[in-house]
Amino acid sequence: MSVQIWTYILIGLTFAVYIGIALWSKVSTTKDFYVAGGGVSPWANGMATAADWMSAASFISMAGIISFSGYDGSVYLMGWTGGYVLLALLLAPYLRKFGKFTVPDFIGERYYSKTARIVAVICALLVSFTYVAGQMRGVGVVFSRFLEVDINTGVFIGMIIVLFYAVVGGMKGITYTQVAQYCVLIFAFMVPAIFISIQMTGNPIPQLGMGSTLNDGSGMYLIEKLNGLSTELGFTEYTSGTKSKLDVFAITLALMVGTAGLPHVIVRFFTVKCVKDARKSAGIALLLIAILYTTAPAVAVFARTNLIKTVSNQPYSEMPLWFKNWETTGLLQFEDKNKDGNIQYVANPAINELTVDRDIMVLANPEIAKLPAWVIALVAAGGLAAALSTAAGLLLVISSSISHDLIKSIFNPNISEKSELRYARISSTIAVIIAGYFGINPPGFVAAVVALAFGLAAASFFPAIVLGIFYKRMNKEGAIAGMVVGILLMLYYMLKFKFGIFDGGKSAVNGLAKDWWFGISPEGFGAVAMLVNFIVSLAINSITSPPPADVQEMVETIRLPNNAGVNSDH
Amino acid sequence: MTSEKQKATAYWKENIRYLIILLVIWFLVSYGAGILFKDALDQFQIAGFKLGFWFAQQGSIYVFVILIFIYVRLMNKLDKKYGYNADSKNKTS
Repeated sequence: MSVQIWTYILIGLTFAVYIGIALWSKVSTTKDFYVAGGGVSPWANGMATAADWMSAASFISMAGIISFSGYDGSVYLMGWTGGYVLLALLLAPYLRKFGKFTVPDFIGERYYSKTARIVAVICALLVSFTYVAGQMRGVGVVFSRFLEVDINTGVFIGMIIVLFYAVVGGMKGITYTQVAQYCVLIFAFMVPAIFISIQMTGNPIPQLGMGSTLNDGSGMYLIEKLNGLSTELGFTEYTSGTKSKLDVFAITLALMVGTAGLPHVIVRFFTVKCVKDARKSAGIALLLIAILYTTAPAVAVFARTNLIKTVSNQPYSEMPLWFKNWETTGLLQFEDKNKDGNIQYVANPAINELTVDRDIMVLANPEIAKLPAWVIALVAAGGLAAALSTAAGLLLVISSSISHDLIKSIFNPNISEKSELRYARISSTIAVIIAGYFGINPPGFVAAVVALAFGLAAASFFPAIVLGIFYKRMNKEGAIAGMVVGILLMLYYMLKFKFGIFDGGKSAVNGLAKDWWFGISPEGFGAVAMLVNFIVSLAINSITSPPPADVQEMVETIRLPNNAGVNSDH
Repeated sequence: MTSEKQKATAYWKENIRYLIILLVIWFLVSYGAGILFKDALDQFQIAGFKLGFWFAQQGSIYVFVILIFIYVRLMNKLDKKYGYNADSKNKTS
């Protein structure tokens, strides 16, 4: 059977499962809609969190980014896993004990202020919208390559599926679909990785294969071989980086803290039964995430080595079919600069003839390694599962921010449960449409905007929540000032150094790198903005009056795990 | 009431002590071994991996997972010690 038929079968099957789950988990109360009734088991929540967390970026892009940046790619591996340690130790158990529905709920009540809540809602919307646009784009790319429909149709199909299970099933539908999506995506990621690991090193465990010797009889270590190939072609040695230590440090910190501050991840811990379960499911989530995250660097090494061996100094006319397929998508480009008919793939841009989009490394990897058709189709289904699960989680944050935090808590507190639920459904429908629009007409800077989302989460939510739990005297003046200053500083730095807005636009960006503060890139600046937030919060707090007694009491209550077994409204 | 309060304070203190120890380890394996001391550790090699590179792309992640599960165990024990586990809910409320 051809790749395309396999793709139709696998995508059709998985979509049928998602829709089935949505119909089964139809909800009728806001509590079901926002937090799946608060009774999700730690394992189910761990799987759902893992799928929620691992987006199109983790599944499709990350291994490719590492493949082309070697050691520098470590910032994503450590940054996007280490954040869970912060989440498990500093946030999840206490937020679960607090026991409401959203992150702005916590900020609004802990800082006894509507202003604080509104600032939090704006941050949550900003972070989630930027993030969701990237997911819909990922859906479009997978559809267009594997089903040969155009990207717009692909995005449209994705919108309808997400709309269906997010609007009908709310958090309950999303949770159990994400459980299924985790299974699909991890299977789809591991199967080709294991195949290729056996092919190249004879070791079926990719994490070990990465450090093994090649089985081509040379007895050479795979990584040594890749280091050699890289330097030969003029690239940096794979295991050394080009970024400064300070920048690597800052980016890793910004990603870790940003991860812990992302509302769609935090909100997952509101869905479990008790504090004990919240801790446990954070551990399970990271374990399940780590399976993919420790495999990705292995895939990166396999794919890069395979790519160099397949194309370097080989005649263009003898390239395999996958090469031509990806050329038509524009993600792979060959220009025969010296007209010798061979492909020169080197670091020097004046001689280099091959441009490879890093997003295709995972998607094309099974084809490059000549794996069977069903494995290639499986990767397509996995990419869709990753993108859809994250998109759904984000849509829920957007809809609850609007229906719960804005309409119910600020504009119309007397609203009935039924109409709140209706508003939640309407706002998630509108959110899907806006997300779809960005998927079809992507702003040219999706990747940049996603980096901004982490910076914003790090600069705003993380300090406010951590201080709210660990510092009883923290008051609203300090927290609001910290969040506002943190976000504005982050926005300013991104606009200046990522978009070049104050210096004549995008084209000026490269020239501005020398002016980076302390040599820290915009991606890593979230770490600085977070520190500034902490400092401003504490400074303002020290010159203003302490929070009221009942708020201080609330802080003491959330520090203790007992009596959280049931939600407050039971 | 005051003994309840003292108990809560003691519980919180022990909790903070665990957090500090675990977060120091968290910092050492990632920012320490994977970034700041990466070059020094790269002189050592396990199989095909330079040690610093291994910590940055593999080792730190394994340690993160283990840290959370250690935290879960420690906290479950601590809850029991202070009677904050779910079973004794009726007693404490």
